[in-house]
Amino acid sequence: MTAPLLQTRGLSKQFKVGGSLARRTLHAVDDADLVINRKEIVALVGESGSGKSTIARLLARVYRPTSGEILYQGRSLATMRTRRQTMAYRSDVPMVFQDPFSSLNPAYRVSHGILRGLKLHRRELTRAQRLAEAERVVEAVGLTPAAQILDRFPHELSGGQRQRIGFAQALAYEPKLVIADEPVSMLDVSIRLGLLNLMAKLRADSGVSFLYITHDIASARYLADRLLVMYAGHIVESGPTETVLADPKHPYTQLLLSAVPDPRAPLAVGADSDTGEPPRVIDPGPGCRFRWRCPLAIDTCANITPQPRLLAAEHVAACHVAESELPAPVAADN
Amino acid sequence: MLTAPMLEVHDLTVCYATDHGSVTAVDGVSFEVGRAEFVGVVGESGCGKSTLLFAIARLLSPPAAITAGNVVFQAQNLVTMTEKKLNVLRWRDMSLVMQSAMNALNPVLSIGAQFADAIEAHTKSSAQQTLERSREVLRLVGIDPIHLKSYPHQLSGGMRQRAMIAMALLFTPDLVIMDEPTSALDVVAQRSLMVQIKQLQQRLGFAVLFVTHDMSLVSHFSDRLLVMYAGQVVETGPTRTVFDTPAHPYSRGLLEAFPSIRGPRVELAGIPGSPPELARLPSGCRFHPRCPVVQPECPVTAPPLYDVGAAQARCLLHAPGGVGLELIERARS
Amino acid sequence: MTALLVDTTAAAGGSPPIRHRGGGLLTAIRASRKAMVGSIIFAVFCVLAVAPGLFTSVHHPNDLAFAPSLSPSAQHWLGTTSLGQDIWAQLVYGTRQSLVIALVAGLFATALSVLVGVSAGYLGGIADEVLSMITGIFLVIPTFPLIIIFATYAGKGTLLVILIVLVVTGWSYGANQLRAQTLSLRNRDFLESARVRGERRSYIILAEVLPTMTSLIVANFLGAALYSVLTAAGLQFLGLGDPNSMSWGTMLYWSQSQQALQTGMPLWSIAPGLCVALLGVSFALINYAFDEISNPALRPVRRRRAHRADA
Repeated sequence: MTAPLLQTRGLSKQFKVGGSLARRTLHAVDDADLVINRKEIVALVGESGSGKSTIARLLARVYRPTSGEILYQGRSLATMRTRRQTMAYRSDVPMVFQDPFSSLNPAYRVSHGILRGLKLHRRELTRAQRLAEAERVVEAVGLTPAAQILDRFPHELSGGQRQRIGFAQALAYEPKLVIADEPVSMLDVSIRLGLLNLMAKLRADSGVSFLYITHDIASARYLADRLLVMYAGHIVESGPTETVLADPKHPYTQLLLSAVPDPRAPLAVGADSDTGEPPRVIDPGPGCRFRWRCPLAIDTCANITPQPRLLAAEHVAACHVAESELPAPVAADN
Repeated sequence: MLTAPMLEVHDLTVCYATDHGSVTAVDGVSFEVGRAEFVGVVGESGCGKSTLLFAIARLLSPPAAITAGNVVFQAQNLVTMTEKKLNVLRWRDMSLVMQSAMNALNPVLSIGAQFADAIEAHTKSSAQQTLERSREVLRLVGIDPIHLKSYPHQLSGGMRQRAMIAMALLFTPDLVIMDEPTSALDVVAQRSLMVQIKQLQQRLGFAVLFVTHDMSLVSHFSDRLLVMYAGQVVETGPTRTVFDTPAHPYSRGLLEAFPSIRGPRVELAGIPGSPPELARLPSGCRFHPRCPVVQPECPVTAPPLYDVGAAQARCLLHAPGGVGLELIERARS
Repeated sequence: MTALLVDTTAAAGGSPPIRHRGGGLLTAIRASRKAMVGSIIFAVFCVLAVAPGLFTSVHHPNDLAFAPSLSPSAQHWLGTTSLGQDIWAQLVYGTRQSLVIALVAGLFATALSVLVGVSAGYLGGIADEVLSMITGIFLVIPTFPLIIIFATYAGKGTLLVILIVLVVTGWSYGANQLRAQTLSLRNRDFLESARVRGERRSYIILAEVLPTMTSLIVANFLGAALYSVLTAAGLQFLGLGDPNSMSWGTMLYWSQSQQALQTGMPLWSIAPGLCVALLGVSFALINYAFDEISNPALRPVRRRRAHRADA
């Protein structure tokens, strides 16, 4: 089995909140283990406050982890200290942002970000080569005529076009893994598919992996090979998409699935009592963070934080109840 | 309709002035909302649905203005009504729930104070009565009345939205207009809120006019649906009819833009291009540049709404003698 | 309603339009009547400053060359001072210094505001706390007493001293504004995108943050220029400037010390006072154009009589 492209072990990020007197800790991400392979699209699904955006920023080196490590091609990011090493990583792992209305600098033409990126990360190119590359990536994301588009200002493009430029910027680095932080959430419904299809196409054509972060499990299913479900800073379930959706082990995943409106399906009963209150991540203490909303919670859930365990082939979940339903529990796969 | 409709909109047109001339945001929209009926207005950004809502609620401000048509609510024309009369109507007979509670709730007043404000603005009420009523509406939406003392920022997003709905129900109005009240919420909170709204509606008997860009959201809750595109209504009909047999290529495209979590995984196409700028509308049928089944007449003739069974669609394919749904069905496969 | 405006501008194709440089500025000025008036007044003063000789035959206005205290006439459009100087000529030649003060002090004060304000806003943390404290101190110190003390200490009035005083007292207000604006921009995705790209901090501040604030910076400059004009005139009026220089403020000083208003030569006081006010007004008016550029909601609604259908 080939080594994963990117892997995290025990990744945690905590923030101090409350000012200098009342010091409390916000546990944005706790003990996250995730794996992304080459040529793979992994979806990270969670509500706001689940920690998914924090993971994106940890992987993009915007934040430094409080503990745990991130391994890129087997090498820990903590060992990358020089600017050259950091830039090499940034060039391999760029990020696409959520808000098409603020992800491009309004004072410059849209070529600006792409050309700057090329200047910083592909220094062997001449000016003429950079311009040619910029046109190439803009065409690769489906925007034509490339030269004209590059000359426009962001406000002259639609939201969908701006997001494509965001992808073009990432493509310009010849990346191995693109972190896409809710790239379609702010776009109109009929435009989202175009971008999801684009990601699938880019993976097929250039072999680039994607970490697709979203709160929409339906689009995650449409696009991703593997699915990670996050709740309150923990990855509570992970596995191949179809496996997880066919037999969700964690009660939160089950709740999410039942809440997704699907016009073709009849209205699902149950889950009406859950009002979607946000999780408690400030000084949460031990125990499962979902227990207050969980219909299946037992005593252990309040005392011991459930660890991710392999419950079926490649299917990992962190839930005491799910674990207890196994005939013979298996140790965590690490 | 056996009883007279609660709200009738006839040919409503809203224009606003820009540096480049007049732009029509809502173009001749007509529809009705019956008593205790749940009507969903669906469309993407720029289609005019929010403008339509504000026009009905008479909340438009310059440079936007109603330039044609009328809005008949309880046998009175809202378009020509004076502000004074409108204020009598507002909140008692018709109320509004906004998209983001944080935009509509005053951050420096407690929830109870805001409810009291609303009550006192529209009726004489003793402090005790005000308190009673405030508690009652909070309980209706499932919030502990202790939160009357809370400030908006102390409540979660879902609770704030429910507080807004509670505020809208203070006088048990006949019509509640909602502008994307769930778009700022997560999927679980969203669903819970929708179920709550539906339950309240069935219990208290008010009509709902619900605007959203998320078609699947209203699929289980609305009785009738209006699909808007570029300022016009392109399809309207009973919800199930529109969902099961969409008559307009745009509605069909919208429905197919939702990946499903059940059933086989298929590649979907979405609708190519993007909604047109209102200042530069395509000629003839406004959807024709993006239509998968566009015909030669489409760029030339602007279609009216044709009857298609229980629904209506603004598509030349449904003109008498036209091929109708058949062509659209074939184009799918 | 803001919501409505956002909706409609989105429909019209994108976020509120940021004008392109150059052409955008002229269009904005032409589009706003107030800015148009302001620009014309400013242009007139510029011409006067650059080529004063074109407007008066007197080339050494401070020379006591004429009969004192004359009323306005064909030879002396505004009459003469009690010392025998042509008032109109003094006015014309005085334009240069007043304009120089306004523009130079305005420029340096703005530069300082930008440096301190934007750095404080972007860097955050301790840098922000220190810079904000400094800004706060300068903001709170009562300016006029400070100016007077400063000017008196530094020795009476060379132009340089006045400029320094103006810059030192005039930068803090703008710094606060720019800091606030920078804070609001700090978490915009395009800045985060630049960080993720690996750009250095200095690059981000200079090349990514500043260009989005040009309207505000220019508005700041105009405000600082306005402040400088009025304060300089005030300083010179109080006698803290060089009494032998040629400027409107100095004219005010002399006219006051010679009691022009009481001795029936009101024009000697009124004319320079009016010029100071006019120059200040022109800056304020031009500022309107920038307000309207950066905030489309402020644009006056222009109603066209003919209904133009845009194809």
